[in-house]
Amino acid sequence: MAEDKNRNGTFSRRSLIGGAAALGSVGLSRAATGAEANPDNLPPNVSEWTPYLGAGVDANPYGMPSPYEEHVIRRNVEWLTASTESSVNFTPLHELEGFVTPNGLCFERHHGGVPEVIPTDYRLMINGLVDRELIFTLEELKRFPQTNRFYFLECAANGGMEWRGAQLNGCQFTFGMVHNVQYTGVLLKDLAREVGVKPDAKWILAEGGDSAGMNRSIPIEKIMDDCMIAWAMNGEALRPEQGYPARLVVPGWEGNMWVKWIRRLEFGDMPYMAREETSKYTDLMEDGNARMFTWVMDAKSVVTSPSPEKAILEKGVHQLKGLAWSGRGKITRVDVSLDGGRNWQTAELHGPVLDKCLTRFTLPFEWNGEELLVQSRAMDETGYVQPTIDALQAERGVNSIYHNNAIATWMVNKDGSVDNVRLG
Amino acid sequence: MSGLVKAWLAGGAMLALVASPALASERPFNLGKIATPEEVAGWDIDVRPDGLGAPVGMGNAIDGEEIYADRCAACHGDFGEAVDNWPVLVGGEGTLDSHDPVKTTGSYWPYASTMYDYIYRAMPFGEAQSLTYDETYQIVAFLLYMNDIIEDDFEVSHENIGTIEMPNRDGFFMPDPRPDAQPVASEPCMTNCDVPTNIIGRARDIDVTPEQES
Repeated sequence: MAEDKNRNGTFSRRSLIGGAAALGSVGLSRAATGAEANPDNLPPNVSEWTPYLGAGVDANPYGMPSPYEEHVIRRNVEWLTASTESSVNFTPLHELEGFVTPNGLCFERHHGGVPEVIPTDYRLMINGLVDRELIFTLEELKRFPQTNRFYFLECAANGGMEWRGAQLNGCQFTFGMVHNVQYTGVLLKDLAREVGVKPDAKWILAEGGDSAGMNRSIPIEKIMDDCMIAWAMNGEALRPEQGYPARLVVPGWEGNMWVKWIRRLEFGDMPYMAREETSKYTDLMEDGNARMFTWVMDAKSVVTSPSPEKAILEKGVHQLKGLAWSGRGKITRVDVSLDGGRNWQTAELHGPVLDKCLTRFTLPFEWNGEELLVQSRAMDETGYVQPTIDALQAERGVNSIYHNNAIATWMVNKDGSVDNVRLG
Repeated sequence: MSGLVKAWLAGGAMLALVASPALASERPFNLGKIATPEEVAGWDIDVRPDGLGAPVGMGNAIDGEEIYADRCAACHGDFGEAVDNWPVLVGGEGTLDSHDPVKTTGSYWPYASTMYDYIYRAMPFGEAQSLTYDETYQIVAFLLYMNDIIEDDFEVSHENIGTIEMPNRDGFFMPDPRPDAQPVASEPCMTNCDVPTNIIGRARDIDVTPEQES
């Protein structure tokens, strides 16, 4: 038995309970623990890599991470979806530093697999309520004035499995549908000037060239504000799984609207009510009615270490690390609690603190083998405060799937292992 | 108020953002080529709730049953009940306010036009845009019939796809009421906050987390 919402990277209660998922034991790599060092490599001995020549240039023409970092990968939850082509995997936030997500670790969400778009055959069509319906090549798009901006992209279903309780025992699986890269592209308002938008155009339909033909309606005010067609991320061409050769960037709004492999923009005078903005990405409330057009990603934060994948291995001083973001602007403050929300300390924000962008925070703490209930609470420049799950449930019930930006709780056990828990 | 007047009132900065006929006559960069009507027609496949964009064609549920069985049932089941984890298409009436809502085309989707738009552009899964217009109308008709929305001989067509009334048409609301769930006090509590700290659930006990090899 399955339910439609499985296509969204979310789950039904039945599939969750019945799912033949493996035991959630979290392994720690040897590199991560550092507990089994070979004394032959330690001072005063000469380490084994010192006397001999290493690999020459071009051993890896496109550089790859150290083999000791092979555990730092995207992961999926197989029982969530019916096929990998319409599925999601998760960014390993707990392994990352700073605020940039490496391109190969940006979570994937596809509805019809990753198309292999030939760049010379790529075209972007703009039609509808315009003076001139135009078709652009990729090279023509790159001749427009360009913009370079960092933005987070979060799937509206990030944390969607956690509405009814602590379900997945991992920072990656509960918060990893977010990434943060620098985009290079052209602002849509420049493309709009080129086609000449008619005064009665109020909406745009963005459409992908993938097998899902992903389509979403976006109001013209947002289009003319800060939306982009991007062809590069973190300085290189978009990865295929992120929309190569071009994607839509809709800063601060839910990731489903950032149409990948974008092939067409249509200006119109009303929303198109596509499948993804009616039957999906609408937020079902307890009374059976659903919120529609909930585009903004509200402020959110997560402690990435300690976390279920990042146990505390030794007593003494540690640096609590985390990430915060808001679709409404800049992060202004992150508070951290070690006792389940009774008492809070303000963490240090590490710049640059940018608009609609992941922001790194840290807080030093000392651990002496006691139980901790770790939480973080983000605030943004609009004054918005990241809510508790109880506050969200009181407003929305537990069936909305999307837009769960509640404070999570990691319990540090006496042995230093960490669990995703629900307080009540 | 027209976009042009708005732009005028907002001053020069807005002029570049909201196109007016005068500005539109200029192509600032002279990039791109004019799309021919044939090129636009080939890619402009969307269908709006008012029926705009619906291609000429028609189909009923009697004919739709066969094409549905051939192209859809392998994943969605003979009666829309779904196979494995694939989406359920039929039923779910009266469940939206329950503990286990079943969101189908019949119980949840607000517009029949969306069914046409999505089925034509994305279905069958892995064979996108392979159905004819008439086949798409037939499948829409079959699903509407299975959800007790039309009779089996009703011809769904480009002329009426924008007028078919879906049961959950009024089940959605906007604008977005957020921000919500905000603290009453202007400053969030920092010390001795009155919050529950009993552990009422652990993900470890639910035991559905994929194993991570070391």
